[in-house]
Amino acid sequence: MDLSTLQQLNAARDARRAVALVTDLGDGRGMAITEGETMPEALAASVATAFLTGKAVTADIDGRSVFINAYLPPPRIVVIGAVHISQALAQLAPVTGYDLTIIDPRTAFATPERFAGVDLIAEWPEDALRARPLDSYTAVAAVTHDPKIDDFALSAALSAGCFYVGALGSRKTHAKRVERLVALGHSQAEIARISAPIGLDIGAASPAEIALATLGDIVRAFRRRSLASGQGDA
Amino acid sequence: MAHMELLDPLQTAQSWKQQGRNVAIATVMETWGSAPRPAGSHLVIDADGNFEGSVSGGCVEGAVITEAIDIIQSGAAKMLEFGVADETAWQVGLSCGGRIRIYVERLL
Repeated sequence: MDLSTLQQLNAARDARRAVALVTDLGDGRGMAITEGETMPEALAASVATAFLTGKAVTADIDGRSVFINAYLPPPRIVVIGAVHISQALAQLAPVTGYDLTIIDPRTAFATPERFAGVDLIAEWPEDALRARPLDSYTAVAAVTHDPKIDDFALSAALSAGCFYVGALGSRKTHAKRVERLVALGHSQAEIARISAPIGLDIGAASPAEIALATLGDIVRAFRRRSLASGQGDA
Repeated sequence: MAHMELLDPLQTAQSWKQQGRNVAIATVMETWGSAPRPAGSHLVIDADGNFEGSVSGGCVEGAVITEAIDIIQSGAAKMLEFGVADETAWQVGLSCGGRIRIYVERLL
């Protein structure tokens, strides 16, 4: 590998983009391929698998031995709303290896006492997400029930291609939300990606169970995301 | 929330190279059995033996660093293999009982 390939690799990782380094073990040459970029046809299937699994593999491509090393951004969860469900989610997420951030401008909810040790931002999503933009390796769960807080984040999540977008609320609440998102310029196909009511259907009743159902939903969306879009199947 | 470790081996390799230092990158290619670091893990080494990262739990780093210094000089990449520690190879064996293959190359 040469320095310019390494720079490409590091720049992609720094920008939270999936990137694969393909090293020809015969001549030692390295090639950095960022997800979504065109690549030699012979490599496509192996690199696609590496992007999906995040695992490094040695493969035989056209009689040449190559090493494919995939570098995926660590998946993370952004929760809109410092509510009871979020408290449980903040405990469950680290167990599965997900980073978690909670955003809620209501300082009565977003207190360090209620969220000890949690990455908590007591700001409007409009402000908090400007500093740390959403991307396709981020899941967004909007759980405030308040359109003033949830809507911007949901809209931003759809635009950023987040692999999971979930929103708490009844079907009736969601129907009104769909109308508002259409008014913001989102297509029905985009809006259909929102998991609402949020979470897998496990009959969850308590806040902790809803958090568990939501986390299961997020894991499912990440593991089954399609490679072409980088987006989940939710 | 930092999305990259504070001391990231590949970032370290880049900054060392940009400072004009010669650098080798060691990468775990394959592991069998119990191995502490998965395929794809990196250890980066400079000509003076400074290093960052890991390819095992500390069991074989010493041997990899020695080889890496040679590879920085010769420029020829090499595939290293380490197995279970035994009497003849106790210095560079994996006490955990695993086996690993490590590719060491000079950063050009």
